[in-house]
Amino acid sequence: MNSPSTQFVSSRRMGVYDPIQQINMWGESLKSNVNLAASIPLIDEAEIKFDSQSEDASHGMLGTNNKYDQEASKPIDKIQRRLAQNREAARKSRLRKKAYVQQLESSRLKLMQLEQELERARQQGMYVGGGLDTNHLGFAGPINSGITTFEMEYGHWVEKQNSQILELRNALNSHIGDLELRILVDDMMNHYSEIFRMKSAAAKADVFYVMSGMWKTTAERFFLWIGGFRPSELLKVLLPLIEPLTEQQRLDVCNLGQSCQQAEDALSQGMEKLQQTLADSIAAGQLMEGSYIPQMATAIEKLEALVSFVNQADHLRKETLQQMSRILTIRQAARCLLALGEYFQRLRALSSLWSNRPREPA
Amino acid sequence: MEKVTRLASERGVVIFTKSSCCLCYAVKILFQELGVNPTVHEIDKDTEGREMEKAIARLGCSAPIPVVYIGGKLVGSTNEVMSLHLSGSLIPLLKPYSATLS
Repeated sequence: MNSPSTQFVSSRRMGVYDPIQQINMWGESLKSNVNLAASIPLIDEAEIKFDSQSEDASHGMLGTNNKYDQEASKPIDKIQRRLAQNREAARKSRLRKKAYVQQLESSRLKLMQLEQELERARQQGMYVGGGLDTNHLGFAGPINSGITTFEMEYGHWVEKQNSQILELRNALNSHIGDLELRILVDDMMNHYSEIFRMKSAAAKADVFYVMSGMWKTTAERFFLWIGGFRPSELLKVLLPLIEPLTEQQRLDVCNLGQSCQQAEDALSQGMEKLQQTLADSIAAGQLMEGSYIPQMATAIEKLEALVSFVNQADHLRKETLQQMSRILTIRQAARCLLALGEYFQRLRALSSLWSNRPREPA
Repeated sequence: MEKVTRLASERGVVIFTKSSCCLCYAVKILFQELGVNPTVHEIDKDTEGREMEKAIARLGCSAPIPVVYIGGKLVGSTNEVMSLHLSGSLIPLLKPYSATLS
């Protein structure tokens, strides 16, 4: 990992007449961090000596020049004035430089703190991505490109989902024909296939990321079941919204719900067994040995089984959607998909409201 | 391979698993929930387990294990079982072998 200090030229190497461009560039990036400048300056004494030395140097130069100009008075005034202006300009420049260095030092400290927090969070298994522009901070650490890719693609997926929902809503309100409706329904179904494909790739990159639903909003995560929504619960939510149904359809949907429930229960019990065997393999031997390499080896094998569970749960979700589209007419399917899409939109809106709610002052 | 087909035809519902596989356990639970008591063969505990594993892999199921046979016929792995169940086609297949379904 690149340490933040390599990003910033040490103040000692920075001459008084540094390229203005570099200073301006850093000035731009530090403008937003004005509050950081309020921290204690970390400039050491050597730095201050350097400044006073350069001041003495310029005084020395001025001293020599003064001797030769003492004869003529008019040119002396002009020269004196210019020299005074130079001194003033140099002094101001040194003060600006000092302020800059202070800002740089406190930014560097803040960066180091952030880096440490990130490392801590990563070790705890949290994925810290999203808001941080890792390129900007120059992290070359253990970034999971599979997850970074997924997060980026997911952002696009949600955008496309929202526009598809809008299109579907307009289509249903405008009473378009079944043929055009089928195209919209197929598009949406393919779009769902896309998220399952993305999740499968992400699960290979980091199964815990998918298991914990890290890409989802808080309210969505509340309903999490093996890395996604629980299909039987969703069916219960959607059923009243797709009425009227024929008796055969209602029976089929009920049977689908029941089969879903049974499959979910089986998978949940399988997960419990996995937890139990994982706990057993970690605890194998005496828990006071201090060394645990063999336990880790078996434990890692167990963790890899998680990937197949996540994939199986997604397969269940995908199959449920496909079964619904087989049972329903195209118009019912369209209403069903619209309801499903809007349900998740509302969950996301809820998450947003929740995180922005006014809190009691501490 | 002969051992696999022989064992598969011995009982109505046969699952080939590995003792450490929790997904296999989930499939077994599903069958039990549907009123069927499947015959489970743990190929990692079998002396000819290696050959059986190779033979099963050649069957081309979505996953190497578990592998499910109903009435001596290959059904497939977890994906196939789940798809069948959601489409409502699993229970009819199990009816002859279940005390509670028939």
